[in-house]
Amino acid sequence: MATKKLTLVLMDAPFENARTVTGLRLLDAAIRRGHEVTVFAYEGAVALTFAKQAPHANAVHGRDAVQEDHPLPKDWIAALMEAAQLNGGRLDWVNCGLCVDERGVGEAIPGARRGSPADLWKAAEASDNTLVIGTR
Amino acid sequence: MKTLQIVTTAYRCNVEEQDDPVLWIIQAMRGAGANAHVLLEAGAVNYAARGQDASGLSFGGRAQTQPARIEEDIRRLIAKGAEVYAVEDDVAARGLERADLVDGVRGVSRAGLPGLFSAYDRIWRW
Repeated sequence: MATKKLTLVLMDAPFENARTVTGLRLLDAAIRRGHEVTVFAYEGAVALTFAKQAPHANAVHGRDAVQEDHPLPKDWIAALMEAAQLNGGRLDWVNCGLCVDERGVGEAIPGARRGSPADLWKAAEASDNTLVIGTR
Repeated sequence: MKTLQIVTTAYRCNVEEQDDPVLWIIQAMRGAGANAHVLLEAGAVNYAARGQDASGLSFGGRAQTQPARIEEDIRRLIAKGAEVYAVEDDVAARGLERADLVDGVRGVSRAGLPGLFSAYDRIWRW
Protein backbone atom coordinates (compact mmCIF):
# COMPACT_ATOMS: atom_id res chain seq x y z
CA MET A 1 0.00 0.00 0.00
CA ALA A 2 1.36 3.39 -0.97
CA THR A 3 1.99 5.70 1.92
CA LYS A 4 -0.11 8.81 2.24
CA LYS A 5 0.43 12.26 3.61
CA LEU A 6 -2.25 13.21 6.09
CA THR A 7 -2.97 16.25 8.22
CA LEU A 8 -4.91 16.04 11.46
CA VAL A 9 -6.16 19.08 13.36
CA LEU A 10 -6.85 18.62 17.06
CA MET A 11 -8.48 21.29 19.19
CA ASP A 12 -9.49 19.81 22.54
CA ALA A 13 -7.47 20.12 25.72
CA PRO A 14 -6.07 16.95 27.29
CA PHE A 15 -8.02 15.03 29.95
CA GLU A 16 -11.36 16.39 28.73
CA ASN A 17 -13.12 14.04 26.33
CA ALA A 18 -12.98 11.04 24.06
CA ARG A 19 -12.43 13.06 20.87
CA THR A 20 -8.76 13.44 21.73
CA VAL A 21 -8.32 9.72 22.28
CA THR A 22 -10.14 9.06 19.01
CA GLY A 23 -7.73 11.40 17.27
CA LEU A 24 -4.76 9.58 18.78
CA ARG A 25 -6.25 6.22 17.75
CA LEU A 26 -6.51 7.43 14.16
CA LEU A 27 -2.97 8.73 14.40
CA ASP A 28 -1.76 5.38 15.71
CA ALA A 29 -3.48 3.52 12.87
CA ALA A 30 -1.93 5.81 10.28
CA ILE A 31 1.52 5.55 11.79
CA ARG A 32 1.35 1.75 11.97
CA ARG A 33 0.83 1.81 8.21
CA GLY A 34 3.85 4.04 7.67
CA HIS A 35 1.92 7.12 6.61
CA GLU A 36 3.34 10.60 7.04
CA VAL A 37 1.21 12.65 9.36
CA THR A 38 1.26 16.28 10.39
CA VAL A 39 -0.73 17.18 13.48
CA PHE A 40 -1.68 20.80 14.00
CA ALA A 41 -2.63 21.32 17.63
CA TYR A 42 -4.90 24.32 18.00
CA GLU A 43 -6.29 26.04 21.10
CA GLY A 44 -6.38 23.68 24.11
CA ALA A 45 -4.78 20.84 22.17
CA VAL A 46 -1.40 22.54 22.47
CA ALA A 47 -1.31 21.24 26.05
CA LEU A 48 -1.25 17.66 24.78
CA THR A 49 2.53 17.84 24.43
CA PHE A 50 3.16 19.93 27.56
CA ALA A 51 6.26 18.39 29.14
CA LYS A 52 5.21 19.07 32.74
CA GLN A 53 2.17 16.78 32.74
CA ALA A 54 2.57 14.59 35.81
CA PRO A 55 1.03 11.31 36.95
CA HIS A 56 -0.68 11.08 40.31
CA ALA A 57 -1.80 8.51 42.84
CA ASN A 58 -5.50 7.66 42.99
CA ALA A 59 -6.96 7.11 46.43
CA VAL A 60 -10.34 6.07 45.04
CA HIS A 61 -8.65 3.31 43.07
CA GLY A 62 -6.53 2.43 46.13
CA ARG A 63 -3.33 2.76 44.10
CA ASP A 64 -0.18 4.82 44.54
CA ALA A 65 1.28 6.73 41.60
CA VAL A 66 3.38 3.81 40.40
CA GLN A 67 0.52 1.33 40.62
CA GLU A 68 -1.88 3.76 38.96
CA ASP A 69 0.47 4.12 35.99
CA HIS A 70 -1.54 7.11 34.89
CA PRO A 71 -1.37 7.58 31.12
CA LEU A 72 -0.32 11.03 30.02
CA PRO A 73 -1.02 12.40 26.53
CA LYS A 74 2.56 13.67 26.22
CA ASP A 75 3.82 10.12 26.73
CA TRP A 76 1.36 8.69 24.21
CA ILE A 77 2.46 11.29 21.67
CA ALA A 78 6.15 10.60 22.35
CA ALA A 79 5.42 6.90 21.79
CA LEU A 80 3.64 7.72 18.53
CA MET A 81 6.62 9.76 17.37
CA GLU A 82 8.90 6.82 18.15
CA ALA A 83 6.56 4.39 16.37
CA ALA A 84 6.50 6.64 13.31
CA GLN A 85 10.28 6.46 13.05
CA LEU A 86 10.29 2.68 13.49
CA ASN A 87 7.62 2.24 10.81
CA GLY A 88 9.34 4.44 8.28
CA GLY A 89 6.74 7.15 8.52
CA ARG A 90 6.81 10.56 10.07
CA LEU A 91 4.89 12.42 12.72
CA ASP A 92 5.34 16.18 12.60
CA TRP A 93 3.62 17.70 15.62
CA VAL A 94 3.00 21.44 15.27
CA ASN A 95 1.60 23.49 18.14
CA CYS A 96 -0.10 26.81 17.38
CA GLY A 97 2.43 29.21 18.88
CA LEU A 98 -0.03 31.88 19.98
CA CYS A 99 -2.17 29.23 21.67
CA VAL A 100 0.93 27.95 23.49
CA ASP A 101 1.76 31.41 24.78
CA GLU A 102 -1.79 32.05 25.97
CA ARG A 103 -1.68 28.93 28.07
CA GLY A 104 1.93 29.09 29.23
CA VAL A 105 2.66 25.60 27.95
CA GLY A 106 5.82 26.40 26.04
CA GLU A 107 7.76 23.52 27.53
CA ALA A 108 6.85 20.80 25.05
CA ILE A 109 8.27 17.31 24.66
CA PRO A 110 11.06 16.85 22.10
CA GLY A 111 9.67 16.58 18.60
CA ALA A 112 6.81 19.02 19.10
CA ARG A 113 7.43 22.38 17.49
CA ARG A 114 5.81 25.80 17.34
CA GLY A 115 4.00 26.86 14.21
CA SER A 116 1.30 29.07 12.77
CA PRO A 117 -1.85 28.77 10.63
CA ALA A 118 0.45 29.13 7.62
CA ASP A 119 2.12 25.85 8.63
CA LEU A 120 -1.29 24.19 8.82
CA TRP A 121 -2.23 25.37 5.35
CA LYS A 122 1.15 24.32 3.94
CA ALA A 123 0.79 20.85 5.43
CA ALA A 124 -2.81 20.54 4.21
CA GLU A 125 -1.84 21.51 0.69
CA ALA A 126 0.87 18.82 0.68
CA SER A 127 -1.46 16.17 2.13
CA ASP A 128 -3.77 13.68 0.49
CA ASN A 129 -6.41 14.71 2.98
CA THR A 130 -7.04 16.63 6.18
CA LEU A 131 -9.27 15.78 9.11
CA VAL A 132 -10.39 18.40 11.62
CA ILE A 133 -11.51 17.20 15.05
CA GLY A 134 -12.87 20.38 16.56
CA THR A 135 -14.07 21.18 20.05
CA ARG A 136 -17.84 20.86 20.47
CA MET B 1 -6.82 23.61 -3.36
CA LYS B 2 -10.21 25.21 -2.71
CA THR B 3 -11.61 24.38 0.72
CA LEU B 4 -14.93 24.91 2.41
CA GLN B 5 -14.57 25.44 6.13
CA ILE B 6 -17.76 24.46 7.94
CA VAL B 7 -18.34 26.21 11.23
CA THR B 8 -20.88 24.27 13.26
CA THR B 9 -20.08 25.05 16.87
CA ALA B 10 -20.52 28.70 17.72
CA TYR B 11 -19.31 30.84 20.61
CA ARG B 12 -16.42 28.52 21.38
CA CYS B 13 -13.96 30.44 23.62
CA ASN B 14 -15.01 33.69 21.94
CA VAL B 15 -14.70 35.64 25.17
CA GLU B 16 -11.16 34.58 25.99
CA GLU B 17 -9.92 34.79 22.42
CA GLN B 18 -11.90 37.92 21.55
CA ASP B 19 -12.94 36.27 18.29
CA ASP B 20 -14.15 32.96 17.00
CA PRO B 21 -11.03 30.77 16.70
CA VAL B 22 -12.20 29.13 13.48
CA LEU B 23 -13.00 32.39 11.74
CA TRP B 24 -9.65 33.62 13.03
CA ILE B 25 -7.63 30.72 11.65
CA ILE B 26 -9.48 30.90 8.34
CA GLN B 27 -8.50 34.55 8.00
CA ALA B 28 -4.92 33.75 9.04
CA MET B 29 -4.68 30.92 6.49
CA ARG B 30 -6.17 33.12 3.79
CA GLY B 31 -3.46 35.64 4.64
CA ALA B 32 -0.96 32.86 3.96
CA GLY B 33 -2.52 32.22 0.56
CA ALA B 34 -5.24 29.72 1.40
CA ASN B 35 -8.22 29.46 -0.93
CA ALA B 36 -10.55 28.93 2.02
CA HIS B 37 -14.26 29.73 2.23
CA VAL B 38 -16.90 29.47 4.92
CA LEU B 39 -20.16 27.65 5.55
CA LEU B 40 -22.05 28.55 8.71
CA GLU B 41 -24.47 25.93 9.99
CA ALA B 42 -26.41 25.12 13.14
CA GLY B 43 -25.87 27.73 15.86
CA ALA B 44 -23.04 29.30 13.90
CA VAL B 45 -25.52 30.89 11.49
CA ASN B 46 -25.94 33.50 14.21
CA TYR B 47 -22.49 34.72 13.21
CA ALA B 48 -24.05 36.13 10.04
CA ALA B 49 -26.57 38.26 11.94
CA ARG B 50 -26.41 42.02 11.90
CA GLY B 51 -26.14 44.03 15.09
CA GLN B 52 -24.16 41.67 17.27
CA ASP B 53 -22.70 43.28 20.37
CA ALA B 54 -20.54 41.32 22.79
CA SER B 55 -19.33 44.31 24.75
CA GLY B 56 -19.90 45.06 28.40
CA LEU B 57 -18.24 42.14 30.14
CA SER B 58 -16.31 42.81 33.31
CA PHE B 59 -15.11 40.71 36.19
CA GLY B 60 -14.56 42.80 39.29
CA GLY B 61 -12.75 45.87 38.10
CA ARG B 62 -11.37 44.21 34.99
CA ALA B 63 -13.38 45.12 31.89
CA GLN B 64 -13.01 43.51 28.50
CA THR B 65 -12.15 46.33 26.12
CA GLN B 66 -11.84 44.33 22.89
CA PRO B 67 -14.72 41.86 22.74
CA ALA B 68 -15.27 39.56 19.80
CA ARG B 69 -16.63 41.37 16.76
CA ILE B 70 -17.92 38.44 14.75
CA GLU B 71 -20.02 40.56 12.43
CA GLU B 72 -16.90 42.50 11.45
CA ASP B 73 -15.03 39.24 10.84
CA ILE B 74 -17.78 38.04 8.51
CA ARG B 75 -17.83 41.37 6.67
CA ARG B 76 -14.02 41.33 6.39
CA LEU B 77 -14.00 37.80 4.98
CA ILE B 78 -16.57 38.76 2.35
CA ALA B 79 -14.76 41.99 1.51
CA LYS B 80 -11.56 40.03 0.92
CA GLY B 81 -13.23 37.64 -1.49
CA ALA B 82 -14.25 34.73 0.70
CA GLU B 83 -17.49 32.98 -0.10
CA VAL B 84 -19.58 32.88 3.08
CA TYR B 85 -22.65 30.66 3.14
CA ALA B 86 -25.30 30.11 5.80
CA VAL B 87 -27.63 27.12 5.88
CA GLU B 88 -31.06 28.64 5.27
CA ASP B 89 -32.89 25.97 7.26
CA ASP B 90 -30.79 26.78 10.32
CA VAL B 91 -31.27 30.52 9.80
CA ALA B 92 -35.05 30.09 9.70
CA ALA B 93 -35.04 27.77 12.71
CA ARG B 94 -33.55 30.59 14.76
CA GLY B 95 -36.17 33.11 13.71
CA LEU B 96 -33.78 35.02 11.51
CA GLU B 97 -34.75 36.35 8.12
CA ARG B 98 -32.59 37.14 5.14
CA ALA B 99 -32.74 40.84 5.94
CA ASP B 100 -31.24 40.11 9.36
CA LEU B 101 -28.03 38.83 7.80
CA VAL B 102 -24.90 40.68 6.78
CA ASP B 103 -24.82 41.69 3.10
CA GLY B 104 -22.94 39.21 0.99
CA VAL B 105 -23.78 36.13 3.01
CA ARG B 106 -25.12 33.53 0.61
CA GLY B 107 -27.96 31.19 1.54
CA VAL B 108 -27.89 27.48 0.84
CA SER B 109 -30.55 24.94 1.72
CA ARG B 110 -29.58 21.81 3.60
CA ALA B 111 -30.68 19.83 0.56
CA GLY B 112 -28.34 21.93 -1.53
CA LEU B 113 -25.25 21.12 0.52
CA PRO B 114 -24.05 18.14 -1.57
CA GLY B 115 -24.08 20.32 -4.64
CA LEU B 116 -22.21 23.05 -2.80
CA PHE B 117 -19.63 20.57 -1.48
CA SER B 118 -18.94 19.35 -4.99
CA ALA B 119 -17.54 22.78 -5.86
CA TYR B 120 -14.69 22.39 -3.36
CA ASP B 121 -11.61 20.17 -3.30
CA ARG B 122 -11.67 19.66 0.46
CA ILE B 123 -14.27 20.07 3.19
CA TRP B 124 -13.11 20.79 6.71
CA ARG B 125 -15.72 20.63 9.44
CA TRP B 126 -14.85 22.44 12.64
